[in-house]
Amino acid sequence: MAEVLVYVDHVDGAVRKPTLELLTLARRIGEPVAVALGAGADATAATLAEYGAVKVLTADAPEFADYLVVPKVDALQAAYEAVSPAAVLVPSSAEGKEIAARLAVRIGSGIITDAVDLEAGAEGPVAVQSVFAASYTTKSRVTKGTPVITVKPNSAAPEAAPAAGTVEPLAVAFGEKTTGTKVVARTPRESTGRPELTEAAIVVSGGRGVNGAENFPLIEALADSLGAAVGASRAAVDAGWYPHTNQVGQTGKSVSPQLYIAAGISGAIQHRAGMQTSKTIVAINKDAEAPIFELVDYGVVGDLFEVVPQLTDEVKSRKG
Amino acid sequence: MSLRIVVCVKYVPDATGDRHFAEDLTVDRDDVDGLLSELDEYAVEQALQISEEADDAEITVLTIGPEDAKDALRKALSMGADKAVHVEDDDLHGTDALGTSLVLAKAVEHVGYDLVICGMASTDGGMGVLPAMLAERLGVPQVTLLSEVAVEDGKVTGRRDGDAASEQLEASLPAVVSVTDQSGEARYPSFKGIMAAKKKPVESLDLSDLGIDADEVGLDGAWTTVDEATERPARTAGTIVKDEGEGGKQLAEFLAGQKFI
Ligand SMILES: Cc1cc2nc3c(=O)[nH]c(=O)nc-3n(C[C@H](O)[C@H](O)[C@H](O)COP(=O)(O)OP(=O)(O)OC[C@H]3O[C@@H](n4cnc5c(N)ncnc54)[C@H](O)[C@@H]3O)c2cc1C
Ligand SMILES: Nc1ncnc2c1ncn2[C@@H]1O[C@H](COP(=O)(O)O)[C@@H](O)[C@H]1O
Repeated sequence: MAEVLVYVDHVDGAVRKPTLELLTLARRIGEPVAVALGAGADATAATLAEYGAVKVLTADAPEFADYLVVPKVDALQAAYEAVSPAAVLVPSSAEGKEIAARLAVRIGSGIITDAVDLEAGAEGPVAVQSVFAASYTTKSRVTKGTPVITVKPNSAAPEAAPAAGTVEPLAVAFGEKTTGTKVVARTPRESTGRPELTEAAIVVSGGRGVNGAENFPLIEALADSLGAAVGASRAAVDAGWYPHTNQVGQTGKSVSPQLYIAAGISGAIQHRAGMQTSKTIVAINKDAEAPIFELVDYGVVGDLFEVVPQLTDEVKSRKG
Repeated sequence: MSLRIVVCVKYVPDATGDRHFAEDLTVDRDDVDGLLSELDEYAVEQALQISEEADDAEITVLTIGPEDAKDALRKALSMGADKAVHVEDDDLHGTDALGTSLVLAKAVEHVGYDLVICGMASTDGGMGVLPAMLAERLGVPQVTLLSEVAVEDGKVTGRRDGDAASEQLEASLPAVVSVTDQSGEARYPSFKGIMAAKKKPVESLDLSDLGIDADEVGLDGAWTTVDEATERPARTAGTIVKDEGEGGKQLAEFLAGQKFI
């Protein structure tokens, strides 16, 4: 059976959920061979094996942390040459897309980004995408070279499928261009203890209606009662009420949770672009005419300062 | 020596309009109003700021697109760019990311550059891949997704705010940069700027000027194909209630019914 390369997103050996989704999708096309790079790469093997990786190619070198993107492209290319895969799958993070883009140029292959589903087709993998702020669904294929496809988080439910997961060291020869962009300092983000925005099953977002950083704890309390991640509209981010890393929308994160709750958000096209594929959408807004209500499964026209705390209390009491 | 900055800008269908596909499943660019991609305005703005800091700089704005794409160039010129290059050729219709990056790379080389500045993504296709592809093709450092950027002593530095960390980056020129919408609001063209833009040179190039074969680009030369595009069914109208004091509880009831609680 054909092999499919899966680029592993991990933090010091802890595999992030989108990678498990990729392994699940990869199995529809062939046998997943995972590529894990950097500190902790070897520690990823057990989890990757559990989700179907037949092989785990690992490499660690200071270059991966010290220089931007290119060392990872060098490594993925080395894996590509070692395996001759039927497709290369990469998580659709900002960095993942850049790695995939450069690999595609190097190996002369077409690239599809932000797939939300993947199926095997007679002429190679078929990628489903959601475009124009999710108003269209398209099916695309790569017609030249080995398909390079980036896949959005929450595109599939990870399914365990134990496989060998044999660890093999990957030999990577870094080129002269590898060290072009130096990472001179890195400030890790502080963990909030909440689920990762793009991976969360439930997202609670606040917008301009939250009316100040001092009121965001209301949104956080609702999120915590539901075990959710916290998002924000650009208006709330631009006002400095919440960090940009939490922005949902075209220029923020694209989320596709089971449940999306928008409080004090009008539902501008650029916001919709990042949340419209959510399974269930709920909104709280005091303006009955707000466009967000066109999307909702359930909407409450009302003041979020009344509705949100009542909802939080009710969730807590129901959960006992 | 003067600092040569090339800003890549795209002419895109208005996102607040009714965007759709043409019969050949390419983005319909005829029936929809277009404009300079808002995300590329940030790139023009950073180019202007860098040039204001430099002793001597020249900003060329570059676009690949249909006739109307001149509007995008005109807007960038009225913001303050010095000159423009428009790559226009009927054979470019349907070109995908790989093809676009090829044409952009050739055009950037044709213009001559020390620094290429791109937006973070185009607001229509929105792949966010071209800056990385361009750097790969040009063989120069990629310093991308910057929310802060500066050029000094032949070096470009900037801050990249990623998911896991915020990184301070540094590379020698020549380089390809992309900037995010966190990099600072773009200026509005002044009346004077709009008038001045009318006299600024716009060079038109076609594929043969760049030494590119028609079969390397366009719909037929594309590395990918769209087989199907279906309009997403409108979401079925949901339940909307007015809060009369019990809104939060009613919402909880709904969430419980959906097994979220
Ligand atoms: C290129 C570009 C990219 C963009 N990218 C993004 C993006 O990634 N993400 C994004 O979100 N936006 C993005 N935007 C901005 C977008 O167009 C909107 O401006 C933004 O989403 C508005 O945020 P908002 O809904 O919070 O604010 P508003 O539109 O001001 O809406 C606030 C809402 O809160 C309601 N409200 C006020 N008080 C209360 C209350 N007490 N109780 C209940 N409801 C209340 C109001 O009725 C209103 O509907 C982008 C724009 C551009 C041009
Ligand atoms: N047709 C084009 N002409 C000029 N620049 C472009 C074009 N398409 C994309 N770009 C540049 O590449 C960036 C990223 O585009 P994309 O990869 O399409 O999301 C944009 O913000 C522009 O700076």
